[in-house]
Amino acid sequence: MDIRLSGVSHSYDDFEVLRDISLEIPSGRIVCIVGPSGCGKSTLLRFIGGLEKPSQGEVLQIGSPPPDCLNPLTYIFQDFALLPWRSVRGNISLVLEDHGIRGARAEAIIADVLARTKLCEFHKALPKQLSGGMKQRVAIARALAVNPAVMLMDEPLSALDSQTRELLMDDLVALWMRTPFTAVYVTHNLAEAVRLGHSIVVMSRRPGEIREIVHLETPLDQRHYGDSALEEKQKYLWHLMREEARAADAELVHV
Amino acid sequence: MSELKPNPSNIAQPQARQVTFRGGGFAPASHRWIGVLVFALLLSLAELGTRQGWISPLTLPLPSDVLKTFGELYASGLLWAHLSVSLTRLFVGALIGASLGVTVGVLIGLFSYVRAGLVPLTAALFPIPKIALLPLFVIWFGIDEGSKYALIAFGTFTPTVVATYGAVDNVDRSLIRMGQSFNLSWFSIVRKIVLPGAMPGILSGLRISLAIAIILLVAAEMLGAEYGIGAYILEAGSLYDLERLFAGVTILSLLGVTLSATIGLIERRVLNWRQ
Repeated sequence: MDIRLSGVSHSYDDFEVLRDISLEIPSGRIVCIVGPSGCGKSTLLRFIGGLEKPSQGEVLQIGSPPPDCLNPLTYIFQDFALLPWRSVRGNISLVLEDHGIRGARAEAIIADVLARTKLCEFHKALPKQLSGGMKQRVAIARALAVNPAVMLMDEPLSALDSQTRELLMDDLVALWMRTPFTAVYVTHNLAEAVRLGHSIVVMSRRPGEIREIVHLETPLDQRHYGDSALEEKQKYLWHLMREEARAADAELVHV
Repeated sequence: MSELKPNPSNIAQPQARQVTFRGGGFAPASHRWIGVLVFALLLSLAELGTRQGWISPLTLPLPSDVLKTFGELYASGLLWAHLSVSLTRLFVGALIGASLGVTVGVLIGLFSYVRAGLVPLTAALFPIPKIALLPLFVIWFGIDEGSKYALIAFGTFTPTVVATYGAVDNVDRSLIRMGQSFNLSWFSIVRKIVLPGAMPGILSGLRISLAIAIILLVAAEMLGAEYGIGAYILEAGSLYDLERLFAGVTILSLLGVTLSATIGLIERRVLNWRQ
């Protein structure tokens, strides 16, 4: 299943946030969206998953999701969004219960996703007992449980420290290598973008427009920490964004 | 070369002293027995004062006499007669008031039309002294148990509503958004995300509501009650029987402490997920 955005624009009252975004998200690839803060990249992600409606333009699903897919467009949030009163297992079964999946079938799915995210021994733990990186792995396990056609990741690693971030990036790469998934990955961190993105969409500051789309051909498992080719790409991206970021930083916050 | 090296013996040593600690205090710690100690101190002061005569027996009864009265009350079996009637009134009234209050509070929290309609009404009902309405309730619900249940229910209703819709408003929006993003049904979101998320606020509101229920219990037993702690206190008051008055007040205090401890226990069980 592909996603196509055509002519998406958005404004809150007379405050323009996004202007004429057209973008293809091909199946089986990770598309990163980077841009200065306030450029509307998270808003764009909410349009793609149908949590918000753009004032103009449309978001289209091309083709239908695979039949075993419970929730085609699935988010992973920056703040993890785990229910603090449910255990790791409970948080995952939450998204299965509404599809009538209980008992042995649910157990099988939960065991599988916990194994894939290396969380097996923590299934009884409450979120308050887990570190930030573990919480995000639970959120990833929960997303995998519904077998999504497209993963919508909203700054998934931004709340974590840099070491945990490296570890989780490796985990994400390993997950993708095992079964390639489609993802839209919003971040302000260029290092994450060059590690995980098959293509990187660079956005301008508000009103957000697409400045350039950079494609990376290196396979995900051959991109490593401190790789010089990646550093070059990252430098190039920073060169594209630098002035925009500086100008965005000097703007007054719209409240 | 050697003169370039610092020589500790001929450089004046700066004075060394311990860094002053200034991070103390402002950290509540649990000291269980001090509360009991304060009680014991005050009681023995009253005992001493009344025995020695510098507290007039007209102002304060002898604590030991109060204890004796309490013992007599217990021995005569009347304690249980009063207490069982009062506890039933408290339980039925508070149950009606709190469950209606939680329901209405959740509805206000979920639907903006209900909120627009009922929040002003709640604000109007809250400051009414419910005791003033007792004669009216007697006409409406009868002089028997009905009016007593109604008074206690009405008194617990409004604070529960206010606490509940505040708690629902404070549920983390990002969790609700997460529920929507996983296509959970509206009913599932309310049951699995909104209600558990509002539970801490609802329980702390219940603490206040139940204290109000105990206050109103005495008021409710002002009219047409033969038995009940409130009736017992009011009768003692009109006869100026200080020992019985204080015995009754002590029972109410103990009741309050027990209820508060029960809610604390429920909180620890139900809300063990909190940081």
